[in-house]
Amino acid sequence: MRIIVCVRRVPDTAARIRIASDGKSIETSDAEFVINPYEEYALEQAVQLKEKHGGEVTVVTLGPEKSTQMIMKALALGADNAVHLRTEDPHGDPSSIAKAIANELKSHQFDILLFGKKGVDDDNQQVGQMVAELLDIPCVTQIVKLELSDGRAVAQREVEGGGIVVETSLPAAFTAEKDLTVPRYASLRELVAARKKPIVAREVQLQPPLLEIISVHNPPPRAPGKIVGKGVEAVPLLVKLLHEEAKVI
Amino acid sequence: MDEYALAIGNGLKERAKELGRYGADKVFLADDPSLEPFNADYYRQVALDVTKKTGPSMILAAATSTGKDLAPRLAIHLNTAVASECTQLEVDNGQIVATRPAYAGKVLLKVKIKSTPNIATLRPNVFTAKEASPQRNPSVEQVGFSKPNSRMIVKEFVTHGTKKLDLTEASVIVSGGRGMGGPQNYKILEELAEAVGGVVGASRASVDAGWRPHSDQVGQTGRTVSPTLYIACGISGAIQHRVGMINSKVIVAINKDPEAPIFGFADYGVVGDVFEVVPALTREMKKFYAKN
Ligand SMILES: Cc1cc2nc3c(=O)[nH]c(=O)nc-3n(C[C@H](O)[C@H](O)[C@H](O)COP(=O)(O)OP(=O)(O)OC[C@H]3O[C@@H](n4cnc5c(N)ncnc54)[C@H](O)[C@@H]3O)c2cc1C
Ligand SMILES: Nc1ncnc2c1ncn2[C@@H]1O[C@H](COP(=O)(O)O)[C@@H](O)[C@H]1O
Repeated sequence: MRIIVCVRRVPDTAARIRIASDGKSIETSDAEFVINPYEEYALEQAVQLKEKHGGEVTVVTLGPEKSTQMIMKALALGADNAVHLRTEDPHGDPSSIAKAIANELKSHQFDILLFGKKGVDDDNQQVGQMVAELLDIPCVTQIVKLELSDGRAVAQREVEGGGIVVETSLPAAFTAEKDLTVPRYASLRELVAARKKPIVAREVQLQPPLLEIISVHNPPPRAPGKIVGKGVEAVPLLVKLLHEEAKVI
Repeated sequence: MDEYALAIGNGLKERAKELGRYGADKVFLADDPSLEPFNADYYRQVALDVTKKTGPSMILAAATSTGKDLAPRLAIHLNTAVASECTQLEVDNGQIVATRPAYAGKVLLKVKIKSTPNIATLRPNVFTAKEASPQRNPSVEQVGFSKPNSRMIVKEFVTHGTKKLDLTEASVIVSGGRGMGGPQNYKILEELAEAVGGVVGASRASVDAGWRPHSDQVGQTGRTVSPTLYIACGISGAIQHRVGMINSKVIVAINKDPEAPIFGFADYGVVGDVFEVVPALTREMKKFYAKN
């Protein structure tokens, strides 16, 4: 079983986000970078499949040279090797990123290709489906369950109001929803062992972006609210305000 | 500019014409039992067929699980790009200028697509539909659908217990957090939700505790919701929760800690114990609806 997990390097979600002086990007120089949280679920799924069915897990990331630390983390979490597609300016266009990743994956053999549902930085939710389409393989998005048997996969997607069970042939791609798995922690020993695992690095040239960011803004502030009162006594006034002032009931 | 609608699904024949009222000049309809539930391979084929026939300059879809799955697939086949989860659209020189939240809503991006068609998915409940004219009678063109060879078999739709309105569609959400103290106590939220015609949501703390299913979670790693009324009960208002519900029209917070961050962005706050305030609110709401 060969499994590939595409991981994105993103600023820690707790990081304060500041707009850069060009007004078109995010200032990330002081941010701490981590594995995109959705790929933690995907990577854990990959490692569990390997533990059950045997095989190998490769992580692929497209990003700047500084991604090495994040790659090490992925290796410590159970990946066997990594491919680093290096570009200093991975601009915000998912279609260009998808083309570069798909181009790399054409020369890999695999059964399962895993993505996160979305990058928590740009919130695009596009790259997984795009790569799968370029490789012409089935792709099931937003999965919370994945099982393999007899050379086929059965996945459950989480959608509005329920779940959809989908069976696919292999190779196939999946994008992980939260709770697909419970990610493990890397031990110190695994962090040390990760340093010996192979990383193949390649320079890539992204196509010029089709999706262009014109400007970045802070969301308009919400007008400060008011405390209606304390305890049960406040309830009649609350209902009155919701009806007469806010006009929502 | 002509506006076409494309309806894909099963048993939509009667409803397809309704799309005219909301402005469609013509409706394309792919209606087949195999088109429900969503199968990406089938939907992609239908949408690409209609796109080739009509050569649109823009394609818009809802930012639902279906729309967000499909739009990037179309984009890559049409060699163009998608603006995801837009909350505002302007048209400049025949091109979309879209506003979309990023970094879990901490910033807004204005983006443009340099290729055609411009594709965008629009966040539900943010754009309001105008009933243009009930007299409009658009032509409905059936789109032939021959099942392509799919490597995917969509087997079944499973619901989480009783079928209820989805969080993203609900106009009132009553959400409970760690302050609810345990799964059994959500009953008082169910009762309030029933009284106001809403559904129950949850914070991550209560989902992680196993009190509520993940599908109920509101926030950065859960659902992004924008109901008319969001009532947060025993929720502190952490940034990761806030980003999922900050676009609600009106936010009410009930929390016993007057310093809870949620009071910093709720429109109306009640400082108090959920176990006293929530049942009182349910009674008051019932009284209100009996009168109005
Ligand atoms: C990467 C990441 C992603 C995350 N994603 C999400 C997400 O999607 N959604 C989300 O919600 N969180 C998310 N979180 C977690 C978030 O940071 C908070 O931990 C979480 O929202 C807290 O939930 P809570 O408000 O229910 O609990 P707490 O923060 O513990 O707050 C409980 C509140 O209840 C009040 N309370 C207690 N008892 C009573 C009572 N009897 N009556 C009235 N009030 C009472 C307390 O005063 C307190 O304010 C995420 C965190 C991380 C790091
Ligand atoms: N630069 C990247 N390198 C590797 N994988 C990526 C990259 N960007 C996105 N992905 C993958 O595609 C998924 C969706 O990303 P996005 O479309 O940017 O929201 C992510 O969860 C990753 O699995």
